[in-house]
Amino acid sequence: MKTLEEIQAAIEAAVPGAGVEILPNPAPSGQHSLRLKPETAVEVAKFLRDDEELALDYLSNVTGVDWPDKEIAEKVKVTRPVTKTVEGVEQTAEETVEETRKRVEPGFLEVVYHLFSMARRHGPVVLRMRTGNRSDRVELPSLTPVWRSAEFQEREVFDLYGVVFKGHPDLRRILMWDGFKDHPMRRDYVAPDDFEYEPTPHDEVLARAQAHRATQQAAAAPQEGAGQ
Amino acid sequence: MAVDEGLKIELGKQGVFVTTLQELYNWGRRSSVWPMNFGLACCAIEMIATTMARYDLARFGAEVFRPSPRQADMMIISGTVTKKMAPQVVRLYNQMAEPRYVIAMGACAISGGPFKQGYNVLKGIDRYIPVDVHIPGCPPRPEALLEAFMALQKKIDAQPLTGEGRPRHLDADAPGEFPVPAQGEHDLEPAANKNVWTVPVVIR
Repeated sequence: MKTLEEIQAAIEAAVPGAGVEILPNPAPSGQHSLRLKPETAVEVAKFLRDDEELALDYLSNVTGVDWPDKEIAEKVKVTRPVTKTVEGVEQTAEETVEETRKRVEPGFLEVVYHLFSMARRHGPVVLRMRTGNRSDRVELPSLTPVWRSAEFQEREVFDLYGVVFKGHPDLRRILMWDGFKDHPMRRDYVAPDDFEYEPTPHDEVLARAQAHRATQQAAAAPQEGAGQ
Repeated sequence: MAVDEGLKIELGKQGVFVTTLQELYNWGRRSSVWPMNFGLACCAIEMIATTMARYDLARFGAEVFRPSPRQADMMIISGTVTKKMAPQVVRLYNQMAEPRYVIAMGACAISGGPFKQGYNVLKGIDRYIPVDVHIPGCPPRPEALLEAFMALQKKIDAQPLTGEGRPRHLDADAPGEFPVPAQGEHDLEPAANKNVWTVPVVIR
């Protein structure tokens, strides 16, 4: 199979302005992926499927990744003028101070597609797409028109992560019920507080069981006071 | 009124059969329990094995698995009850005619099992419907299901027909229908039927 760089070049030649980017994977597997721009993703996908040499006709897996907002604290050396009084004379000198600066890297949702070729017996080629953020810019183009097998798996990503696929023929929740509002696979999802009976609590469960007990007692306390 | 066992055997030798109405009634009830043809997860495979020739649930009079809740009187909750499935399970139970019994089979059905801390699994079906026998195990062996079935038969046998502890269908005040939980925005509502399930006291 072509290397990822060759595939990238082939895509750029076939779809001008595709803007495909290689995302390196630092893990030992070294399974690097191609990041598609949402605007050109469907065209690029069609090329990958229909190209004679690549013929990636089989979409084996679609999954999601949630990248929450990340607070990064970095130490920056700052040079600033400092005015000091030495022996009655004001002197201005430059001083280098180390400062800790915090910045928030905005989070996003990512969808990962694993492609193989049945015709050419090669693969996988990993595609990724990222949303603008995690709240209101969560739309991505659906690849179901290109690979039918994406249909249920994109519904699952929609259900559990909240990515809205434009162009999907039937975008409904697939695992949870229709009235459900949360996206359980997101990192900031909090499961409902039903920890009233935990016979063998430990770790996180113990903490949540204790928190549940505390809220129950707080709710019960005023009623007891009113009764007396 | 109980009949003296020795006298009963002696009369039996003389060709006289003596019994009580309660004994006869409960014998009839326990000897033809028809389970519902219904499985939820991997425990259902063990349940199927139990009905097959090797373990043969038919020996206990429970061979006829009915595909309709209207014709069944035992529900084997065989497997994980997800929160999406729980309302349907309660609804099926409501559709069964009295007398009806429930065996909660396996770790998931009795407590949520390995999925207890999941967002999508009910922490035991006994939160919504009354369960007669709980079987632990993941999955329980067919022998365990047979043992549970025998325990259920013993329970039926011991039930008086009048007074305290009589079966639900002979008690006009007993609830005939159990509220089906609604699928809310974050969880099932209510999270448990308070008349059926109260938080057990943990003794340490």
